[in-house]
Amino acid sequence: MANEKKNLLEIRDLTVEYHTNGGVVHAVNGLNLEVAQGETLGFVGETGAGKTTTALSILNLLPRPQGKVLSGSVKYNGEEILNKSNKEMTRIRGEKISMIFQDPMTSLNPVMTVGDQIAEGIRLHEHLNKADAHKKALEMLETVGIRPERASDYPHQFSGGMKQRVVIAIALACNPELLIADEPTTALDVTIQAQMLELMKGLKDQYDTSMIMITHDLGIVAEICDKVAIMYAGNVVEYGDKVDIFTPEKPHHPYTVGLFDSIPDIYHEQEELKIIKGLTPDPTNLPSGCTFHPRCPYACEECSKQVPKHLEVEPGHTISCHRFDDTKEVK
Amino acid sequence: MEKKKKFAQLGDIWKRLRKNKLAVLGLIIIVIIFLVAIFANFIAPYSYDQQDLLSCFQGPSAQHWFGTDEFGRDIFSRVVYGTRISLLIGFVAVAIAMVIGVLLGAFSGYYGATVDNVIMRLMDILLSIPQIILAIAIVAVLGNGLFNLMLAVGISSIPHYARIVRASVLSVKDQEFIEAAKAAGSSDLRIIFKHIIPNCLAPIIVQATLGVAMAILTAAGLSFVGLGISPPTPEWGSMLSSARSYIRDYAYMTMFPGLAIMITIFALNVLGDGLRDALDPKQKK
Repeated sequence: MANEKKNLLEIRDLTVEYHTNGGVVHAVNGLNLEVAQGETLGFVGETGAGKTTTALSILNLLPRPQGKVLSGSVKYNGEEILNKSNKEMTRIRGEKISMIFQDPMTSLNPVMTVGDQIAEGIRLHEHLNKADAHKKALEMLETVGIRPERASDYPHQFSGGMKQRVVIAIALACNPELLIADEPTTALDVTIQAQMLELMKGLKDQYDTSMIMITHDLGIVAEICDKVAIMYAGNVVEYGDKVDIFTPEKPHHPYTVGLFDSIPDIYHEQEELKIIKGLTPDPTNLPSGCTFHPRCPYACEECSKQVPKHLEVEPGHTISCHRFDDTKEVK
Repeated sequence: MEKKKKFAQLGDIWKRLRKNKLAVLGLIIIVIIFLVAIFANFIAPYSYDQQDLLSCFQGPSAQHWFGTDEFGRDIFSRVVYGTRISLLIGFVAVAIAMVIGVLLGAFSGYYGATVDNVIMRLMDILLSIPQIILAIAIVAVLGNGLFNLMLAVGISSIPHYARIVRASVLSVKDQEFIEAAKAAGSSDLRIIFKHIIPNCLAPIIVQATLGVAMAILTAAGLSFVGLGISPPTPEWGSMLSSARSYIRDYAYMTMFPGLAIMITIFALNVLGDGLRDALDPKQKK
């Protein structure tokens, strides 16, 4: 991987646990990631793979007191985020790193006008007075394609797609360097999804923002991302360029293969969809060795004993699977 | 334009409230009581402390609508002036209780854990003492007087507000827009005051409306046992109290201040009930 751009975000060996009454949930296990300036990273995985947990740890917003970072570091622009005090974090959240939440229906305050909600972040971070912040809020609304006159409407007067536009406007109001979008289109219907992606792509280019796109929709990844990280049970099992991941001929982690296989194929009639056998592992009780081995068609003895390393199968394309470890005799 | 929208939301509530005839009646009575309080010096034919010992213990007549008391003071005038004191006590006491209670409840609900435990156990202690006895104790310590009475009534009803607010904060704080506000860099205080409390207003308003009635009643009770307002200031409770000794021969002396209390409490209660229904978003259509 040619490192021509500097890394905006670096996550090293991040391990996060939730302590609940039902036991310790191993949400993220030794995760490594980096996001370069201006790059879009697609973060793909099943429900419960730890995608949102990772996103929340980047903002240092894990639910307290249950969520705990056991080890690892999250470096933003070279600065460690996990050590920062709450006060320091409020200067980063919304100003440097913004987040778009999954459900636009509930991520807006029902008793504040949308204009006020956009202006709030602007006033907080750019120290403008009320009138100027309001003016900028109107501009933001226009940028995301909503008539500025609607700034004095309440969220319940908007449709789902419009609300998501407002949420995007809030997230981008202070020109963040990194935008984390947590399944921003899951709650929307398909036509609106396409509009949203188009909008986000355009705004991202306009503001030169880096983005982490959390999703379980490979179509969205193909549409918008530069790099892709496939996540399984709290770890990245495959990471690479979009083209690398989406080319079936290249080497892949068995889980990635399973993911792509489970997309229905329109050209060939299928009796049943190919699904990955088994269920996602219980995060309170993860399998030993490679966490995917109970569901993996290629699993062998080695897999249940040893945790696979991240192997670079080609420049910038890493897979954590024993099958690609040439030093070992595994078929 | 912004004003208009806010107005529209209020309009919605008003529309729903209007369907409830009893609540409207309550509202009308409250408005009349307020007008009486404001214009007491124009309505009352006599001064509240003007004595006329020659015409004491007179029954209701054209000259004295509600009769006169043991010092020959006009009871109608005293009831009219008493409206001022009673409303003042009711609203100030509720304001004291609401401000402190809402703050305690909001912090308790938002921070949870130790903060929650300490605050709510304190509230439990306050709650375990009957309100009137607690108020009596506070007045006994602070001494008689209008402000102390309001303070006593206020303090003793703090736990009700704290509990209601805490409960609704708990349901609001886990919603996604709070997390979104955090992710946008809002501080805790900002989130509590700008995002959480405005979303908890409906139950607070209802409790406050009903609370005014409670406060007037408690204040009347305190005055009745002699811990409230000192004479000659006309307060409905203390009027009842002093009329009590003459109840066998001059029952009308207790009847009018009693009726005044009853009507006020009734109006506030039906209005509070109506508001609760009108503010309930589940009944929105």
